[in-house]
Amino acid sequence: MNENENSSLGGVGAAAPARAAAAARPPSEVSSSEIDASCRVPLLALFGGAALWLVIGLALSLAAIMTFHKPDLFADCAWLTYGRVQPAANDALLYGFCIPAALGVMLWIFARLSRSELALPLVPVVAANLWHLGVFIGVVAILLGDNTGFAWLEFPRGSSVLLFAAFLLIAISAVATFGARRERELYPSHWFLLAALFWFPWIYSTANLFLLAHHPVRGVAQLAVDSWFANNLLFVWLALAGVGTAFYFLPKIAGHPLQSHYLALFAFWTLVLFGTWMGIAASAPLPAWMPALSSTAAALTIVPLLAIVTIASRTVWGSVAGHWRNSPFCFIGSGMDLFLISSLMLIAAACPQISRVTEFTWFGPAQTQLQILGFFAMTMFGAIYEALPRVMGFELPFPKLVRVQFWLCLLGVLLWAGSLASGGIEQGMKLNETSAAFADSTGVVLIFLRAGTTGLLFILLGSLLFAANIFAMTLKWKIALLKSLIAVIKSPLEAGSACASLRRDKEVKS
Amino acid sequence: MKNGFSVFLAAFIALGFSWCGFVLAPVKQLGTAKQTAVLNSSDIYPLQRSGNATLGLQVYRANGCAACHTEQVRQDGVACDVVLTSAGKNPTAVSNLVAALKLTSLTKDDAGAVSDQITAAGGKVETHINATGADIARGWGVRRSVAEDFLYDDPVQPGSLRAGPDLSNIGVRDPDLNWQLVHLYAPPAVVKNSAMPPFRFLFEVRKLAAGDAPSPDALQFPKDFPTPAGCEVVPTPEAKRLAAYLLSLKADAPLYDAPFTSVMK
Repeated sequence: MNENENSSLGGVGAAAPARAAAAARPPSEVSSSEIDASCRVPLLALFGGAALWLVIGLALSLAAIMTFHKPDLFADCAWLTYGRVQPAANDALLYGFCIPAALGVMLWIFARLSRSELALPLVPVVAANLWHLGVFIGVVAILLGDNTGFAWLEFPRGSSVLLFAAFLLIAISAVATFGARRERELYPSHWFLLAALFWFPWIYSTANLFLLAHHPVRGVAQLAVDSWFANNLLFVWLALAGVGTAFYFLPKIAGHPLQSHYLALFAFWTLVLFGTWMGIAASAPLPAWMPALSSTAAALTIVPLLAIVTIASRTVWGSVAGHWRNSPFCFIGSGMDLFLISSLMLIAAACPQISRVTEFTWFGPAQTQLQILGFFAMTMFGAIYEALPRVMGFELPFPKLVRVQFWLCLLGVLLWAGSLASGGIEQGMKLNETSAAFADSTGVVLIFLRAGTTGLLFILLGSLLFAANIFAMTLKWKIALLKSLIAVIKSPLEAGSACASLRRDKEVKS
Repeated sequence: MKNGFSVFLAAFIALGFSWCGFVLAPVKQLGTAKQTAVLNSSDIYPLQRSGNATLGLQVYRANGCAACHTEQVRQDGVACDVVLTSAGKNPTAVSNLVAALKLTSLTKDDAGAVSDQITAAGGKVETHINATGADIARGWGVRRSVAEDFLYDDPVQPGSLRAGPDLSNIGVRDPDLNWQLVHLYAPPAVVKNSAMPPFRFLFEVRKLAAGDAPSPDALQFPKDFPTPAGCEVVPTPEAKRLAAYLLSLKADAPLYDAPFTSVMK
């Protein structure tokens, strides 16, 4: 990365001297602290809501899994029935946490890489509120039974329109910031993040127009479109945004340049060329060419996966020992490890021989949970902990909790996804064993689901610590803002009273 | 890639290709699908679901039943049985031949060879095709699920997890309306060790005063199921629609792309 970037690494909290330095520079140069300050309000709006949805999503997940501890727990309560809570939890995590967290990180990375202040800073603030309103409407609608019935596209139309508009607004701000960059050359993070900005509007509008319009496509064509959308969002979009973020932060923290530019180009091209064709299940009731093409693409996706892992490990090679106490580094590093595991699970499940066992079992949910709560959430935690203190101009209020959260989230997600995956394999073997009763296949999973609940609890605790840091920071900033506001209001009064006493003095003299 | 436009172009090409492949092509290929003929019959398949069942699909969707139930039967392949229908003019030779040959669970080619041999000896045979696979052995269906099964559904509910059994043929498997409703109200009453959450919010429990006639819709519980005395459980319209939808799930027609021989019982 460039020198300006590196010099800002240690300069957290040194806002005042930096401002003085900025005044001394020619007006075209913008200091890191000014760039960070321009991102402050949009990022707080995006991250605050994301932290809230993370906690809500995990709490809903916990409510959903309770059904497997006691099936009649919510028998009289329609909105807490498993089939409503489960999609609400998934969507709260994906749309409520992952996407806004990634958008906030993207805005900051674009501003930093452009070495210019965030363009149109008011637009993402409005957009963040629209986005979170859209998620709120969507989650409530699912709980009230207004689920659209399409996997990963459960939000009804009213909510989708808000999400789409909000995403476009944020993308406009990000692209305007990108356009104002001072160097023509692009970094690998630029490719991945720009592609992510382009990806979402296309896939989201396609899915909504083909599935939720007045005349949706008919029959299993719906399944094809929904599978395409879900794969492009859950695998490709999350990979683009997460890997792009990691490719920005890993070299910065490790102090080495990305190894290498050309391998990253290769990884980018192969990821977007092969990854987009996955997602059609092997036994889907679709024409046979579709699952066949999809499993071929899954096998080829090993290529970008290996390239990404090679880049990440060669970049941090030799600096792990020096940085393992650095929490953001650990978050992003383990995020990349979990990306490898979850992608390998996805590729394995697309292989026809393995999918005979894993298809229709808990192995699938294990993979998506690992992708969302493992790879993506860990990467975003690291990025937010790295960016937010700079953006706010002061340190995290509870830095020790970050370490606790790291271990809670890592152990939690391994336990949660690990139990679901092993339960899924057991379940699949029982399902294929025709002599075993169906109840056996659900029976063997119960113990795994119950063990996994502990993992989910760990992640929930970790997310509470994350939210505590974010909200304490927001509160501290708001109190500081309020204080300066009071000072501004008070100053003319004080000046006024000074004048009054002067006048009184004059009157006394006369 | 040197500038923003080249990144845009790369993303556009890659996503555009897959959009054409997995969105445009299936919409063109399947979006205009029509009813097809049932094999060896003048019937067409599928028939539009009844009004109540169509409404029931919306209850199924609203309560996320597809979170735990699939409507997709998998199939490994087919096995053929050769059945002797007439021994012809030379019954001794034919019956000796039949006794010497393997007639069940044959591949398509073997079945052809066997029937040729028997026909040459003067007998008459029929070849029956059976779908094979774990799902079919479980009785979840008679053939694999195909695109036609979902023709009239909006939204389609294929599901992706079997926390509960597959439902593509539930209307054939458990055609009793009362059984379906009791199962929705209290799954353990009819299925031992059921992990399904009860859907009591789809039912109304009414007090019955002494001498009142029970509602004709009231659920008939199994004898060993403890029901509160002096009360009856009546399904709401939603529960009735959901049950009508479940009973309408019958993927049991032999089709050109998923053939099998239906045997009259």
